[in-house]
Amino acid sequence: MKVIDEGPVQVQPARSARWKKHHAEDLAGRSYTFICVALLIVIIISIIYFVASKGLATFFRDGVSLGDFLFGTTWDPEGNQGEPQYGVLPFIFGSFATSLLAALIASPLSICASLFMTEIVPGWGKKLLQPVIELLAGIPSVVYGFIGLTVVVPFMRNVFPGQGIGIAAGALVLSVMILPTITSVASDALSSLPRGLKESSFALGATRWQTISRVILPTVLPSILTGVVLGMARAFGEALAVQMVIGNAPHIPRSLFESASTLTSVITLDMGNTVSGSVHSNALWSMALALMFMTFIFVLIVRLLERRHRI
Amino acid sequence: MKLKKPLLMICTLALVVMLAACGSKNTQEDSSASGTANNDKSSELSGSVLAVGSTALQPLVEQTAQKFMAESQYSKIQVQVQGGGSGTGLTQVSGGQADIGNSDVFAEEKLKDEAKELVDHQVAVVAMAAVTNPDAGVDNLTKQQLVDIFTGKVTNWKEVGGKDEAIVIVNRPSSSGTRKTFEKYALGASTEDLKGSIQEESSGTVKKIVSESPGSIGYLALSYLDDKVKVVKYDGVEATVENVTSGKYPVWAYEHMYTKGEPKPAVKAFLDYIASDAVQNGDVVELGYIPVSKMEVKRDVDGNVSK
Repeated sequence: MKVIDEGPVQVQPARSARWKKHHAEDLAGRSYTFICVALLIVIIISIIYFVASKGLATFFRDGVSLGDFLFGTTWDPEGNQGEPQYGVLPFIFGSFATSLLAALIASPLSICASLFMTEIVPGWGKKLLQPVIELLAGIPSVVYGFIGLTVVVPFMRNVFPGQGIGIAAGALVLSVMILPTITSVASDALSSLPRGLKESSFALGATRWQTISRVILPTVLPSILTGVVLGMARAFGEALAVQMVIGNAPHIPRSLFESASTLTSVITLDMGNTVSGSVHSNALWSMALALMFMTFIFVLIVRLLERRHRI
Repeated sequence: MKLKKPLLMICTLALVVMLAACGSKNTQEDSSASGTANNDKSSELSGSVLAVGSTALQPLVEQTAQKFMAESQYSKIQVQVQGGGSGTGLTQVSGGQADIGNSDVFAEEKLKDEAKELVDHQVAVVAMAAVTNPDAGVDNLTKQQLVDIFTGKVTNWKEVGGKDEAIVIVNRPSSSGTRKTFEKYALGASTEDLKGSIQEESSGTVKKIVSESPGSIGYLALSYLDDKVKVVKYDGVEATVENVTSGKYPVWAYEHMYTKGEPKPAVKAFLDYIASDAVQNGDVVELGYIPVSKMEVKRDVDGNVSK
């Protein structure tokens, strides 16, 4: 930036036509990017403001206590059992359970896939797997949900006790959805490793497996964890696919094969049927706020992981 | 200085963008309002109609909107139909964002004071029936048996005369219009979401799950019924159109199209079109609803039925 700004001082015939043209180009380009950035900032700030103003109204205007909201286990916003109750603990539990389980299923698979692509068969392995994974990332979540409902749920119903619906089915569907996220982050990290590291390991007489397990993996672990956290964040925020297979009962389930809910599934389920401004609707906004808060935490974790390990 | 300049720029830009957004909205409203105000004569009606709300009513409104716009005298009217749920429909019509709010329930059940401003146009009747998986082996359920099932007192089909199979409840969300109707007129009370019960967002999914999971019970509008699910008699009465119109079968509700105050001409033309005999006896029946005119009984907000 400094160099460009000081440019005109060095140019001797101060206002040549070419200089003017470049200056105008520079200005146009700069204003254009400024407009884009400003728009982005305005959008982000207004979304946060909007969600926060609606979500916080539950506590400040409608007088629901934060403790009851976060730790209450009864969700009865329509007041079917007397006083309306707005406990969202079952949903928070459901969200964490599904996304953790999904990450647990998907991580080993994606780490192996990225190792295969970058270390074991870098040639055709990458050529074959890369498009497959990109395709996986491009499939819309409704499709995943629909497949989940027609394939995963009946399978679960036949193999395990219960109706096939539940956290297990949700986690399984989500794990396929977050596979590409983790795989692409992990393979990027693996392929950006300095060659010297691997070569010196081989030079010391280590086998390929020893190199992978003792040199490569420990070095890229933080990056892989970043991928896992990003994958979890996606799983946490996914609504449609989960909602179709999880059953949506507002309770903490006794097993993985019993109907449960996540924060997102309840929001999509109830959204259209609530009147805006009602406590029920505001409670949904508070859940949206909680979701956003969780996303911030996920981003924070990613940032910390990135900062701690730079190769 | 260098730092302040871009900051200033961002602020001005933000302001410009906001103002632009507000401005465009105003002009849009103006144009649609003036479009209808200038053309009071029915031959020259024009303008736009936005109907938002209930997904249960949406197929009917969409189909009639298509036909309505194809009619030569209404060709200048643009009808847009959106889903979003009864709550959204009522909120938007009372807030003035939509011209028509479609709802499965009376506005008084969702809104408070705002409901007084809304004018009700009942365009169809929807009846609902309890359905089970064909495996359950039950043909008839009394009101008390249904209540026991949906409140969790009865958990096995053999207790109500069926097979030895655990009962799985497939509900709609507690805020859904279909569920409200079923609870109000079939069970007589609202129920709690039981542990292990399933909640699905749409009737299509409810049907899919009930038809596949052994021992499951749910409820669907008549238009969704077919051989894949077993339709259960209610207190010995079959869920047929005749039984609904004669008042023998009580589990039904009006489909409402609300306007705020008296509708503007273009909106009124559309509502009249839906209420016309051609649509009532054609599209309404074809899509599985029951025409309001056929009903031999009437029902008010509080659920009182009169001949």
